[in-house]
Amino acid sequence: MPKITFIEHDKTTHEVTVDNGTTVMEAAFDNMVPGIDADCGGECACATCHVYIDADWGTKIPAREEMEESMLELAEGVTELSRLACQIKISDVLDGLTVQMPEAQH
Amino acid sequence: MTDAAQSMKHESMIDGEVIADPYAIPLDQINMAQPTLFQNNLHGEYFRRLREEDPIHYCKESDVGPFWSITKYDDIVKIDSNHKQFSSEPAISIGNPAEDFTTPMFIAMDQPKHDVQRKAANPGVAPARLADLEGLIRERSGKILDGLPVGEEFNWVERVSIELTTQMLATLFDFPFEDRRLLTKWSDIVTDVNMFVSEEKIQERREILRECLAYFTRLWTERAEQPPKFDFISLLAHNPDTKDMVKTPMELLGNLILLIVGGNDTTRNSISGGVVALNQNPLEYDKLLAEPTLIPNMVSEIIRWQTPLAYMRRTAKEDVEFEGKQIKKGDKVVMWYVSGNRDETKIENADSFLIDRARARQHMSFGFGIHRCMGNRVGEMQVRILWEEILKRFDRIEMVRDPVRVKSSFVMGYSEVMVRVKPKG
Repeated sequence: MPKITFIEHDKTTHEVTVDNGTTVMEAAFDNMVPGIDADCGGECACATCHVYIDADWGTKIPAREEMEESMLELAEGVTELSRLACQIKISDVLDGLTVQMPEAQH
Repeated sequence: MTDAAQSMKHESMIDGEVIADPYAIPLDQINMAQPTLFQNNLHGEYFRRLREEDPIHYCKESDVGPFWSITKYDDIVKIDSNHKQFSSEPAISIGNPAEDFTTPMFIAMDQPKHDVQRKAANPGVAPARLADLEGLIRERSGKILDGLPVGEEFNWVERVSIELTTQMLATLFDFPFEDRRLLTKWSDIVTDVNMFVSEEKIQERREILRECLAYFTRLWTERAEQPPKFDFISLLAHNPDTKDMVKTPMELLGNLILLIVGGNDTTRNSISGGVVALNQNPLEYDKLLAEPTLIPNMVSEIIRWQTPLAYMRRTAKEDVEFEGKQIKKGDKVVMWYVSGNRDETKIENADSFLIDRARARQHMSFGFGIHRCMGNRVGEMQVRILWEEILKRFDRIEMVRDPVRVKSSFVMGYSEVMVRVKPKG
């Protein structure tokens, strides 16, 4: 099972192993990793699962779709590494992925 | 939101009677744009029937014209996040704006203009700003609570809900503190159904809103010449994309109304609603006293249970087949958050108020998609801090009689919640 590492804003690190097919948002939520609110439950409709992916992984994750772009407009501190965790589906290709949390969800 | 109230001015009750039983009338005659249903707290059963029998319901005749009612959680999420096919223009209330008094505001705009204006105002309630405000809110909450008349009956809405949210609003605008009740007055006038009952009242309302515009125009001119700060007026006056808004006064007024009502009625009614909910569910009050760490979760539950704004409206930009129904271009589509938040197929025990509810944040009171509530965090923070301070001081906020609800199908609120406070000890 792929391993995902979450790094909170204060650098607290959480390593979790998850099933293929779940999303990065669910991986955090199911493992009680703090820092992701996921108010819409994974519908790409609220922008409260904003994370930063490590630069090396950019090419392995499909690019943002239009709705994700629109919703990220609502988030704070968005960079080119920003993603909504609910839009990243985990597969073996993403084994070892590291994501960082923003200071707060908005 | 300007003429939100326009949609609420009518009471098409049958023979002047409020019909309490939703099954007493044919399904196709159900009309949810009736403020009286909400004022009398009857809307819940009507929505239950619609969710069960006709979740995407067409009301072909009402005083504000025909409209669709979307009543189930998942359907509302779909429409709310589909801004390509469902426009927020010309209005997010069921009634359309009056042609001779249109106040554009970004909640009722589509992309790209919406994004530009929202982004300009957003830093006023962004996470960095919230950290600065926390201490101030705590101090003010404490002061308001310490000034309450122990042993007497008083109106919680007036003494606490309105006072705290108005103070906060004054801070967000950096509005002269001694004049802050003007903000309350302007906010209330916008949504007051009684201001639409006659031409005279309509003109009076407009006159008051022009006063609001004149006051803020003065502030704008001052702020534009001062160094930029984080209040809404400075943010808009200094942002290259919005600095000329002062030259389009009705658009400035529209956005002021949006920010005033958005930051006022909503949090106010969550503060009042919490007292009502805990009194109607005493076991939950016991739970709270035993376990104060539940407060953040309770705040989300209060906001779901209360649903301070009952709906948002969209307008179909094209013909859309939605869940088997034919929505035509130009049709009004009303997303009833107040119904989605009681959808049993999505939320377990949706009718119960449970302060330790699992996934309490997953409610729809803030809406979804690009128009999702901008000030949700500042609202949550005010309710949270207030309850933290309440628990330090009082054993109970005891509601002494039934609350008085506001007559509106849009604002789910209270004008009166009479209480007695019992100090700790």
